[in-house]
Parts: sequence; C-alpha cells; structure tokens
Amino acid sequence: MSFLDQFLWVIFPYVCIVIFIIGHIIRYRNDQFSWTAKSSEFIEKKQLMIGSLLFHLGIIPVILGHFAGLVIPREWMHSLGVSDHLYHIGAVYIGGLFGIMTLAGMLILTFRRFSLKSVRRLSSASDLIVNVLLLFIIIVGVYATFFTNAANPDFDYRQTISVWFRNLFILQPNAAYMVNVPISFQLHVITGFLIFAFWPFTRLVHVWSVPFNYSRRSYILYRKNERVS
Amino acid sequence: MKIKAQIAMVMNLDKCIGCHTCSITCKTAWTNRPGAEYIWFNNVETKPGIGYPKKWEDQDIYKGGWELRKGKLELKAGTKLNKMAWGKIFYNPDMPEIKDFYEPWTYDYENLTLTGEVQHSPVARPKSVITGERMDVQWGPNWEDDLAGGHVIGPQDPNMKKIEEEIKFSFEQAFMVYLPRICEHCLNPGCVASCPSGAMYKRDEDGIVLVDQEACRGWRYCTTGCPYKKVYFNWKTNKAEKCTFCYPRIESGTPTICSETCVGRLRYLGVLLYDADKVLEAASTEDEKGLYQAHCDLFLDPHDPAVIEQARKDGISEEWIEGAQNSPVYKLAIEYKLAFPLHPEYRTLPMVWYVPPLSPIMNYFEGKDSINNPDMIFPAIEEMRVPIDYLANLLTAGDAKPVKEALQKMAMMRMYMRADSSGKQFDEKRLEQVGLTANQIKQMYRLLSIAKYDDRYVIPKSHRENYVDPYHAQGIAGFEMGNNVSYVGTENGNFNNNTMMDFSAGCSGCSVGSSAMAPVMATSTGCGDGCGCSSSPTPIQSSSGGCGDGCGCGSTNTTVTAEPSFIPKLTTMLKKTGEQLSGKPVFEENFYGGIWRD
Repeated sequence: MSFLDQFLWVIFPYVCIVIFIIGHIIRYRNDQFSWTAKSSEFIEKKQLMIGSLLFHLGIIPVILGHFAGLVIPREWMHSLGVSDHLYHIGAVYIGGLFGIMTLAGMLILTFRRFSLKSVRRLSSASDLIVNVLLLFIIIVGVYATFFTNAANPDFDYRQTISVWFRNLFILQPNAAYMVNVPISFQLHVITGFLIFAFWPFTRLVHVWSVPFNYSRRSYILYRKNERVS
Repeated sequence: MKIKAQIAMVMNLDKCIGCHTCSITCKTAWTNRPGAEYIWFNNVETKPGIGYPKKWEDQDIYKGGWELRKGKLELKAGTKLNKMAWGKIFYNPDMPEIKDFYEPWTYDYENLTLTGEVQHSPVARPKSVITGERMDVQWGPNWEDDLAGGHVIGPQDPNMKKIEEEIKFSFEQAFMVYLPRICEHCLNPGCVASCPSGAMYKRDEDGIVLVDQEACRGWRYCTTGCPYKKVYFNWKTNKAEKCTFCYPRIESGTPTICSETCVGRLRYLGVLLYDADKVLEAASTEDEKGLYQAHCDLFLDPHDPAVIEQARKDGISEEWIEGAQNSPVYKLAIEYKLAFPLHPEYRTLPMVWYVPPLSPIMNYFEGKDSINNPDMIFPAIEEMRVPIDYLANLLTAGDAKPVKEALQKMAMMRMYMRADSSGKQFDEKRLEQVGLTANQIKQMYRLLSIAKYDDRYVIPKSHRENYVDPYHAQGIAGFEMGNNVSYVGTENGNFNNNTMMDFSAGCSGCSVGSSAMAPVMATSTGCGDGCGCSSSPTPIQSSSGGCGDGCGCGSTNTTVTAEPSFIPKLTTMLKKTGEQLSGKPVFEENFYGGIWRD
C-alpha cells in the first residue's frame, strides 16, 4: 500500500474528524452569534420553496440510509431478517428515489444561489463552497448508487467501505479495505469526509440546532435577572 | 395571583402630526447598520393604508398571532408539531419577503463628484443595497404617506374590508389618521411562542420582549408569529431583530428614544401591574369583542392594599409600586378608559395602547353648530359611523361603543376647558353624560394637553447596578456587538470605550453597564416561582387618600404643584392676545382649524 492510500484512508479521515469535533467546540464557545440557519427565504421565496423542501426532505432519509448501510453490520441486518436482496432493493430503489429528490433540490438551490444576483451577493465564500461540495457529493453518490452498483454486481460496499468505516471508530484503521473500491465510491467517501471538516465553520452547523425542544416547551418564556448577592 | 410589572406605552393619536421624528431617532439609534436598512423598529403609517410591510393586518396572508381552536389558544401559523411535521422549518409559507417591506437602496452619490465635464449635469441614481445594481424604486418606507395613492391603496386596507361598501368613498375623503407603531411588547407574545430556539423572551422585571442574539438560530417563525410584523429578519446577520423598547434607557428611568423626541408629546410611559396567572385565560376569551375588557381586567389597581401586599410578595420594589400608582398609562387606559390596544383580536394582549383621534372627526361636526349648541357633539359622533367603525376595527375588534365613549369624553373635555378658559358658564351636570367629574376632566386635560415631561414619563429605575454582570450578556438582550455588525467588540464580551460610545449614541441617559441580564432561568407563564429579590421594607406612601377620583393626587412630580398657578396665567395671556387679534377666543381656531377641513 502506498503512502497515498494510507493518507487518504487513515490520516485524512482522522484529521477531518478531529477538525469536526474541535471546530464545533471552538465555534460554539466563541461565536454563537453567527450560528444560524442562514436562510435566504427573506430575499427569494419561490425557488427556495421547491429547492429547500426537496433537498431537506430528501437528505434526511438519505442520511438514515447511510446509517443503515455504514454503521449497522451486515450480519446484524441478517439477524433482523433483512436479507442481502431485501437490503439491496431498499438501498437502490428507496435510497435512489430519495437520492434523486435530494439531487433535484440541490440543483435548484445551486441554480438559485448562482443565478439570482441578490442571493449570490449575500452568499459568503463558505456558502458557495458548501453548496458546490454538497452538489458534487450528491451527484457522485447518486451515480454510484445507480451506475457503479449496476456495473459491478460483485462489489458490496457493506463488506468493504462499511467495515473500514466502523474500524475507524474503534481505532483500528485499515486502508486495505478501501484500495480496491470503485472510484465513484472513493470520491464520495473522500468528499464526504472533507465536508465534515468544513462543517463547523459553515452554515451547516444549523443541523445541530434542530429545535426538538420546542415541542415540549411552554409557549411563553420569561427570563429573570440574577441579583448580586 | 402572581403579579408582574410591565412598562407600557400609550400614544395619543389625537396629537400625532405624522412628522416621523420618532422613526428617525429610532433608526439612528438602533437600525442604522448593514442588514437592517429596511428595519424600522418604529414607523408611522397613514391610515387608511396597507402599511409596513404591505397588508400586515391581513392575517389570512401572514398568519400572525393566535386563534382559538376548539376553545384552545393556538398560534394561527400552526401548532408546534404542525410546524415540524410539515417541513415548515425548511420553508415558511407565511413569512413576509423583503419586497413586502421594501428593497433598501442608496444613491450613486459618487457620480456627482467624479463625473468629468459633460453636456448634462450628472445625477445620483438609486442602487440596491442588496445587489449593488441600479434599481427602479417601486416602493419604499412611507410610500403611502399622507394618503399618497390612497385611492388605490386605501381600499386594500384590511380594516376597510369590514366596512360597508357604499360608505367607503365618503370616508376616504373625510378621514385620515397617523398610526405610529412600535413593538407591542405583548403579554402573550406570538413571537416568543413561535421561536423554536427559545431565543425570544419577555423580561421578568419590566415585560420588555427581546431576542437573544446568541441563541437565535434564524428559523424565522417569529416574523410570522408576530401579527404586527414587528420582528424583523436582518439579512446580513441572518438573525431576528426587534424593537428593544430602548431598554438601556428604560432601565435608567428615561423614556424610549421615540418618546423622548416625540414632537407632538403624544407618548406616555408608565408601569402597569398585571396578574400573570390570568394572561392565558384573558387571551382565550371566546368573543373577540370581549378581549379588550378581558385585557383591562388583567391590570390591577395599584392603590388596592391587597394588590400592594401581593406585589411586594412577588418581588416588586416599592419604587415600582409607586411608579404604578402614578402611571399615566394606568390613568389613560383604566381610569379614563381613553386608550385601547391595537388589534386585540390578534390575542397577543399588546401593551402599547392608543387614544383614538378626535380632531379629524371634530371638524365634521363643528359645522353642525356644536359651538353654539355644544350637545350637538354627541349626535355628531353617532353620525360619524364610518371613522368610528374604522377606529373600532383598529382598536377594539370592531366594538364601537368604547371608542365612541372615549371620543365623547375627549369632546366633553374640550368643551369644558373651552368654557373654563374663556370664562363662560358650563353646566357641570353635563359631565355626568360621560361619567367624569370636573376634577377628573382637569386631570385629563393636564395629562393630554399640557402633557408635561414628568407626567408623561413615570419610569422607575431598574437599578441595574444590583445585578450580576449585565454588561457581559449584551447579546442576549437583543443587541449583539460581535462580528458582522458595525459595532466591533473586543474579546470575551468586553468592549472598549470607543465601541461603547458608538452603541450608546442616541441614548443620552443610559448609564454605562445598564444593559443586559444573565439568563438565569426561563420559566413558563404558569410557573409560580418567587423572584427571590426581596424588596426593601420601606413603607409605601399612600396616595389614594383624600382624592375622590384617585387620579394622581399623590404624584411625586414636583411640577404638579407648580403648574396650577402657571396655567391660569397662560390662559389669560392667550385670551388677551386672542381677543386683541380677532375679537373672539382663540381656542376654536387654533385647536380645530384648517388641515382636516375638506
């Protein structure tokens, strides 16, 4: 194995994970003021409606699907009664459907961000990077799901990528699992980790602020001073 | 009973001349920053008109405020779960866009100085602040000022829809009123209830509603939840901003900047004590027309010993109880019943109230011989069905009776004072028609017409020096001096002198360090938590004794005692000059003359 393989499949993922964690801690402690969903709905509403709804409602099942494929071992799935065939149908058809939905949403959002002058002017460099990177990841992901899978029926990412991924988190990284993975999957994984490294410094932090508390909270909030004792 | 205190405002629409001084001073103090160009915490609208943002009163469009659903009070824009379940967090269908306000622009001023020798003189063309492109200005702040375009825009006013078709036309010709608007600092704020992040809150000690800039995540529900559209989205910081009620000034006992600079002296600030346990019940009143009365019933008589005792228990200081007793807001809203909440039907229980305007109507029946036969005034008010219905749609959910009664009281006050100051006879029995005594009329006149500074603003200090590190928590009090805005702070929330100077420009009275609060706790309305700040045991001065009508004879304002000797002097002086000039009393001419007449 070359150094490049070691770098791509061991060093780089760890670097990204460390940046992801430390970056979030630093940002949360020092810069809550810029921590926002950064919605541009106020500037443009119609295209955002279609794009944002498609993207967000697509990406949530897609993330759950990634969890099922990457984190839950194949054997556990079997014991749950999910055969390889059943999993495959789920991953390709349901996953693919939501993948296309996400892609369509992302294409609309990207078009909107670059073609509408008002939205483009209000976009920071990080917004543009995140946008392009996300679009790229989704395109490669959808491509891998439909085309790479069809072209390589013998390839099972659950016996290569998933194992490699889990091993990262039990501190037993093994680049060998990734070396012979098709290039589209490799690209998807690399750019995926890259966006995790960008994450704490971009608008993506709004994901961690999904207001689940809201449904349990009382409507009206009062705040009180603390007196000098 | 759980008593809380709130600094509330009353605006006397009778005196508003639409000069926009309040808007300008507010803007220079608070929203003169990138991203906030379009934001006017205070704006003055001409009614009838569609306002700012366009048609803000049409809740079929914006879904602001509350509604009763099967007897239960719910946000009109949807319940908490509804908002999450239908993906409204990704796209808020009810949210206003910048074009509903206006696209902010500047002018190409440089062109005026940089242009070389050319045939035609150079011009400064407008360009959008957002895109930087040249733009064709189609709408802006006060585009419909003084009924500009009123024949087109007026009928679109949601308050007009409720008025019968055939009388709209005559109405448009006869009637116009200015409506200055700030955040209502509601008792049941829709914005606070809408905020998924819990970033918006009502201050326990004075009821001011603020946005915690550190906690706001830009979900934008608040802009929808507020039926008055007074929570704004800063397109640069991507966070919500709103009127702060100039809290640094209020804390130090000085009026808000809009009040301070009001040319017409029409704003009043004072403390109201209310029963926090009853807020939900009041807001859930079945009949919309009953909301005004239910709102009034929330306010407690600050002279009632039981109320005073409970207020002390609930941690309200003697200074604030005394403030409540001298509150001009209490007098106008509860004692005289002259002031009304704006659109009570939104069920947010707003705390900025309005005295309906008499002057625009007055000239109508002046022509009906009311000078010679003063009682003509009442049939005339009856006849002014359209403006009164319109005002009732604004102020009492359409119930004309209380508005009519307020106008009658004001008209009676004018007649009484006119007779009084011109030395004519006045049968005091006539006062019974409006349920006031001569003494009350004079008190009312002092408050409404003389309107001395110390009578208009009775604001007890917050004594911020007794609180923990308020300076540090600036961001949670609605104003962030951090990153992207023009007030660049140094690290860790400490700010150097220069930035502080920038910030406090326009609040001459704000003492250094009087600012925020620490987020010690966030409680629900129903929470009966004691405040924990015991008030000082100094005995409270009873101010109700000896004064039958209970209006202000215990006032601590020194000017009160100084005034009576001054007023007769002034009136005799005016009478003299008036008689010398025209041979008749001057008051009719000066009070009602001119501008409203067709």
